[in-house]
Amino acid sequence: MAAKGVDRDLELRLDAIRREHGDSVGVEKIAEVVRSMLDTMTGDLDGGDLKLFREVESLADYIHNAKAEIAALRPGEIKNEFIASATDELDAIVGATEAATNEIMDSAEHLEALAPMMDAEVAERMTEITTRIFEACTFQDITGQRITKVVRMLKEIEQRVENLVKAFGGEIESEGRKDKAIETDEDLLNGPQLPTSAADQAEIDRLLASFD
Amino acid sequence: MAVDKNMNVLIVDDYKTMLRIIRNLLKQLGFNNVDEATDGSMALQMLRVGNYGLIISDWNMEPMTGLQLLREVRADAKLKSIPFIMVTAESKSENVIAAKEAGVSNYIVKPFNAETLKTKMSSVLGDFA
Repeated sequence: MAAKGVDRDLELRLDAIRREHGDSVGVEKIAEVVRSMLDTMTGDLDGGDLKLFREVESLADYIHNAKAEIAALRPGEIKNEFIASATDELDAIVGATEAATNEIMDSAEHLEALAPMMDAEVAERMTEITTRIFEACTFQDITGQRITKVVRMLKEIEQRVENLVKAFGGEIESEGRKDKAIETDEDLLNGPQLPTSAADQAEIDRLLASFD
Repeated sequence: MAVDKNMNVLIVDDYKTMLRIIRNLLKQLGFNNVDEATDGSMALQMLRVGNYGLIISDWNMEPMTGLQLLREVRADAKLKSIPFIMVTAESKSENVIAAKEAGVSNYIVKPFNAETLKTKMSSVLGDFA
């Protein structure tokens, strides 16, 4: 009665894993149990069982390879560096376009305030122009909503990547953001900095002066 | 009957910039008594103590959306006859149908221009110069 023995052994192993890990079990742990079960059972099996267990074994190999491939994608880096950086940049775009839109509207309102000082025809023409400016400013609302939608999608991806990292029981790297070493001129092409990390002109001047 | 441009208009949007744009466009159309709310629940509180002749509201706001606000307004005996124009980027036909079923007076899709705002306001208030 090899199968009964196998069931019992499997139950014991699963109980031990549950006690240790709860309901969240790493894929590597599952592969390890399958491999170990196959090793202990080989002598007791007939041809049909062997075929079945070879299938299970190839499934274990498949899981193992998938894990290696996912690890090679460095999901921790995707979550902690790329997605976090992308959402910060998008938030900065919304902030910058909102500030610029308000400045444009300030100027249009100042222009409008000059209307009483002009003759009627010029004042009317200017009102038409400021109306066009206000209409054009509606782009900020639409842009903001679109970007907010993209940020929400990125956060969803981030959550799924995090679940993936958890499913692997922390075996996949999950390091935080790291400053990359500057090796080539291209490494210096960082683009505009986020407001929180950007140096202002006074800081740049101080840095330049420090070389004197 | 002539449109009373001195009526109080309540504009509702969670984007301060959009409130400012609509306020400016209303001013250019001759409507100077404009109040602002940044979501449906704030608007509802203002509507219950104020006397408004028109509501112009965005849809996508938290915690109370423009659609929820519209339903609350239409369910309130004192407020239900106030014209309600939805101004939103939600342009799927299912949105328009839902708004219509809730009792919206007219519907403007963002981005919009002053002429569209004027046309839609005329359709619910009557023609005005």
